[in-house]
Amino acid sequence: MAAENLTLGKALNSGLRKAMEDDPKVIMMGEDIGKLGGVFRITDGLQKDFGEDRVIDTPLAESGIVGTAVGLAIRGYRPVCEIQFDGFVYPAFDQIVSQLAKMHYRSQGQVRLPVVIRIPFGGGIGAVEHHSESPETYFVHTAGLKVVTCASPVDAYWMIQQAIASDDPIVFLEPKRRYWEKGEVDTAAPAAQVFPLHASRVARPGTDCTVLAYGPMVKVALDAATAAEEDGRALEVIDLRTLSPLDLTPVYESVRRTGRCVVVHEAPATLGMGAEVAARVTEECFYSLESPVLRVAGFDTPYPASRLEEEYLPDLDRVLDAVDRSFGW
Amino acid sequence: MGATVTRARTTRGEPAAPGGAPEMVQLLTPDGKRIDSARDPYGTEYTVDFTDQEYHKLYHDMVVIRRLDAEAEALQRQGELGIWASLRGQEAAQVGSGHALRPQDMAFPTYREHGVLYCRGIDPIMPLGLFRGVDQGGWDPSKFKFHMYTIVIGAQTLHATGYAMGVAKDGKVGGDDGEAVIAYFGDGATSQGDVNEAFVWSSVYHAPIVFFCQNNQYAISEPIERQTRVPLHQRANGFGFPGIRVDGNDVLASYAVTKAALDQARRGQGPTMIEAYTYRMGAHTTSDDPTRYRLAGEVEQWQAKDPILRLRTFLAEQQIAGDDFFQQTDAEAKAASQELRERVLALPDPQPVQLFDHVYPTGSAELDQQRAQFSAYLESFEGGAH
Ligand SMILES: Cc1ncc(C[n+]2csc(CCOP(=O)(O)OP(=O)(O)O)c2C)c(N)n1
Ligand SMILES: [Mg+2]
Repeated sequence: MAAENLTLGKALNSGLRKAMEDDPKVIMMGEDIGKLGGVFRITDGLQKDFGEDRVIDTPLAESGIVGTAVGLAIRGYRPVCEIQFDGFVYPAFDQIVSQLAKMHYRSQGQVRLPVVIRIPFGGGIGAVEHHSESPETYFVHTAGLKVVTCASPVDAYWMIQQAIASDDPIVFLEPKRRYWEKGEVDTAAPAAQVFPLHASRVARPGTDCTVLAYGPMVKVALDAATAAEEDGRALEVIDLRTLSPLDLTPVYESVRRTGRCVVVHEAPATLGMGAEVAARVTEECFYSLESPVLRVAGFDTPYPASRLEEEYLPDLDRVLDAVDRSFGW
Repeated sequence: MGATVTRARTTRGEPAAPGGAPEMVQLLTPDGKRIDSARDPYGTEYTVDFTDQEYHKLYHDMVVIRRLDAEAEALQRQGELGIWASLRGQEAAQVGSGHALRPQDMAFPTYREHGVLYCRGIDPIMPLGLFRGVDQGGWDPSKFKFHMYTIVIGAQTLHATGYAMGVAKDGKVGGDDGEAVIAYFGDGATSQGDVNEAFVWSSVYHAPIVFFCQNNQYAISEPIERQTRVPLHQRANGFGFPGIRVDGNDVLASYAVTKAALDQARRGQGPTMIEAYTYRMGAHTTSDDPTRYRLAGEVEQWQAKDPILRLRTFLAEQQIAGDDFFQQTDAEAKAASQELRERVLALPDPQPVQLFDHVYPTGSAELDQQRAQFSAYLESFEGGAH
């Protein structure tokens, strides 16, 4: 047992380091990831220890980062790309959606591209435009890509390693506003004990209403559950963790018990993860539902200027409001 | 400004003397010595012929924008701005090129062109809303002939190219009163696909545009070597238009080269790329820590090439300006920065429902519904319901 108290950012850093130690084919690519260690310091110290050949400060071009990662993967490498901020992934859109995602299918399974694209995502850090976006739906909507997100240091540490070890192209979303939050990580846990990558998990058991969240919103959902306890309501919080493929079996099981379901995410409501989850939960749990599946999400507007982000972002009050509405149905 | 620029060349294309020409166009040395005229590799000769008042104006604007920049940085440190991107060290490139623009010319900036904005006669408070987080720009580009700041690296170079294509379609090129467009971007931006596509488009359509690249040696932490093996201005030749390196810490040369390039564009001679060779004296932004990736000695070396100091030395030595003027300018800069501070603090915070404004020019019934629901939700809190 080597439990350490790590921030989520440091856990990612340690996970990346472990992945590089385990497999010499693992390389990192991105803007400012070398000496600077990335603008969030997630790759801090890696270039110093693994060299400029394996931790590559790339030219300033996201399409180039992902496109060359595809080529490196064809050549047998396992590139881990860092996109500096969510809003800067779009120049790489073709390379991700039309190239990376489809190569395996087009080659009838002969070309594997074990590329991980790390993206700090979501708002809440008071940043200027293009630094607070939640682009998950674009990638979830794209067949051939897998999409995961971590909400705790322990998940950060293991999920990044699992993603790198996987042969699938994976978009790995990092909840940037949680980078500084701490938690226990047992870095020596035996592999058998490590929770699988593509599985959702009950983060807090409860009996009265199922609240689904992922990434930065897990903490909001957990805080709401603590607050709801005072009102005598036991919310069950499930961390989805994997957005593509979804793992809704624990969700169905939960909703059949609670009869209520609220989905929380920062991305706009329309065609977001909540829409998909609501459709599937309705289909699977129709006779158990006491009220419709409700969404607490970003509005269908561009992410606003930072002085409005508190209004834009789902918070504890909005989650509790949805829970109230669910009970009042 | 009424300076003269002599442009000797008659044809555009290959540099006349690629090997032998001086590395960059310079009219004022780091120690404040005036060079009468300078030639670029294409054979164009540059000089300036400013009146005392014009020299004063250039100096004044550089001093003021440096002071405003320092004030904005301080405001960020005090939590009044979310972030600030300092232009310190790049004043000559921005004031020189900014004053070379004519009123009818259109500029497309990055997030660092506070100096160009100022030279356009625009109220320096205008971009502060973006950095304070109360808006995302929010000005009318055509009113100011100055587009909103663009944060996504390189994107604005294509917008500038398209705008320039429109200028040509409107028949506004050809004479001395023609319109020209200038696109600002950094050394890092030259790696982006968008920027290279802008070069292709502007070349193919012979657009009236000047690509003004401030090579400040860094893209955040990455030195220029991470973006290129050749001097950036040399890239232009491959796209079919001239590329000129100018001493970006020399306001006179920056002015002269930009003015000539803009005039070429407005007369229908097509694009030019200018690489203003300069240095980012400060951090990339207030979020950055440059001690992680560059040595203090390097910064000191560039300190010796300071754009303001060299002009001051020249003005003093030539007796174009005396202590009175310098003191007066400092006082004006100080007053301007105090005024800026007060006005930043007074910027109103947006109202929550403004979130929903201006998403579509023709509105959206769905969004109206979301706005109404959100208003009702906010009202439910009044009286402490929750
Ligand atoms: C498409 C995109 N990728 C990444 C970023 C993050 N970023 C902001 S500024 C910057 C460096 C820009 O360097 P350069 O073009 O040299 O301009 P400078 O900041 O030096 O003026 C980067 C990588 C961005 N804004 N847009
Ligand atoms: Mg730069």
